[in-house]
Amino acid sequence: MPNPDTNIQSLTDHLFRNESKKMVAVLTKIFGTENLETAEDIVQDTLLHAMNVWKIKGLPDNPSAWIFRVAKNKAIDIVRRNKHSVQYDFSTGERALLTSEYTVSAAMENLWKEEFIEDDLLAMMFACCHPAISSENQITLILKTLCGFSTIEIAKAFLTTEDIISKRLYRTKEFFRAHKVPLAIPSQEEIKKRVDTVLHAIYLLFNEGYNSTNTDDLIRKDVIEEAMALCKVLSENKHTQIPDVFALLALMCFHASRLDSRQSINGEIILLPEQDRGTWDQELIRQGDEYMDKAAFGDSMSSYHLEAAIAFEHCTASTFENTNWNRILYYYDWLCKISPSPITSLNRIVAVWHLHGARVALTELSSIKEKKKLESYYLYHSLAGELYSKMNDSGQALASFNVAMQLTNSEPEKRILHSKIAALLN
Amino acid sequence: MKDYLLLFRGGEAKTERQNPEKWQAHMQKWMAWMGGLQQQGKLVGAQPLDESGRQIKGTKKVITDGPFMEGKEIVGGYLQCKAGTYDEALEIAKGCPILEFESGIVEVREIQELKM
Repeated sequence: MPNPDTNIQSLTDHLFRNESKKMVAVLTKIFGTENLETAEDIVQDTLLHAMNVWKIKGLPDNPSAWIFRVAKNKAIDIVRRNKHSVQYDFSTGERALLTSEYTVSAAMENLWKEEFIEDDLLAMMFACCHPAISSENQITLILKTLCGFSTIEIAKAFLTTEDIISKRLYRTKEFFRAHKVPLAIPSQEEIKKRVDTVLHAIYLLFNEGYNSTNTDDLIRKDVIEEAMALCKVLSENKHTQIPDVFALLALMCFHASRLDSRQSINGEIILLPEQDRGTWDQELIRQGDEYMDKAAFGDSMSSYHLEAAIAFEHCTASTFENTNWNRILYYYDWLCKISPSPITSLNRIVAVWHLHGARVALTELSSIKEKKKLESYYLYHSLAGELYSKMNDSGQALASFNVAMQLTNSEPEKRILHSKIAALLN
Repeated sequence: MKDYLLLFRGGEAKTERQNPEKWQAHMQKWMAWMGGLQQQGKLVGAQPLDESGRQIKGTKKVITDGPFMEGKEIVGGYLQCKAGTYDEALEIAKGCPILEFESGIVEVREIQELKM
């Protein structure tokens, strides 16, 4: 017989993540963005209560409805206790009806109505990604407030200290306290720009989960899952169904399909040529393909479209040798035009290498614009080392690998560089 | 705009309460009525009052226990609102869901400015 505890745990983990986002959004609508902590506390209390009761009594028939009811009641308690507190502003709209005993229950019910929740969640995402908040603070807040990660988990995911995460959260919450940003979906004129900011945050979030190699595997996967779930919220809401949203979703599906093949069970990095293509998640690739179709309407060609197209080429190549580098280089050239960055240029060189050989690639590598910015990036030196070694220039290759070695703190990355150096010396 | 106090008496809240569905439907009507006032910016505040209570009287501050009045005469709640005229306040009061009961009474009083 399965242990009922772990059973409930696994069932509730997913449910909790999903429902806490909605609860935090509705509670923030009720208590205001200046009181994010109140919303967070109610959600935490609710989930804790659910865990305790369910452990004894088992799962209720409708767990979502159960926790929503508990959260509602907790919210009513706080409203009753703080009717006249200056901390909360119940002076406007439907919230005003929370202050009368005649209407508090009905008003609370109305605020939690199913039909508003999707929009509340969307509005909450816009608030977290307010343009006046820095990107790193945006994604920290998303993980903490919206996705319910602990500061320890976030610190692990971002390879930083709890202290830094707490400071980021404090600063962001100060911003909300000072500005009392209303929870709302931006106007028609504004929405495209605001969606861009949200997409950028989701993209960063995904990359944090996808690229960090010495993070706890479970947290990494959770971050990736959350990034995709948030993007799905955008794709499912009529206000935000724009091509870029679907393009980013496609991009994430394609990347996520290869997730398990990128690392061995011992935590060693497996590079693309050696990855077992049989383990790539075909269902995710199929979903990505569907999102690509949806991304193709209108005349928008965002960096997400191009990155998704590149990822698609990798996902659908039967072997590494069969990769269509021609098309990939074409997309990279385009990408460098619409969204130039040293990192994109660096990735483009890989396509140049496989298409035109190491010599051409090296020449182009040395002429990358803003090369200076890459000099502190281990992959730049690692790629240079790779190219030098292909040209049989072991001296330069070794030097490059050694610089790369000094620029990464990740153990798996260090180990893979070690193996490359060892191959040179043999 | 002047301020008015609506005092509620009577009604059958107690019997209604015993049937949760009926009660909820009834409270939805309060919600609709007060929500309308809120939207027009006319609602100031409203609360039901507990039926029990005591009275303090005179310079000797003599306290007497309730129930001190017949049930239907007890003030069971109040609402303070804004209205342009007394007649408008009266119109507002006509929408009060307590008047769905034969015993329901709404007393409408203008809040007086105490001129010195």
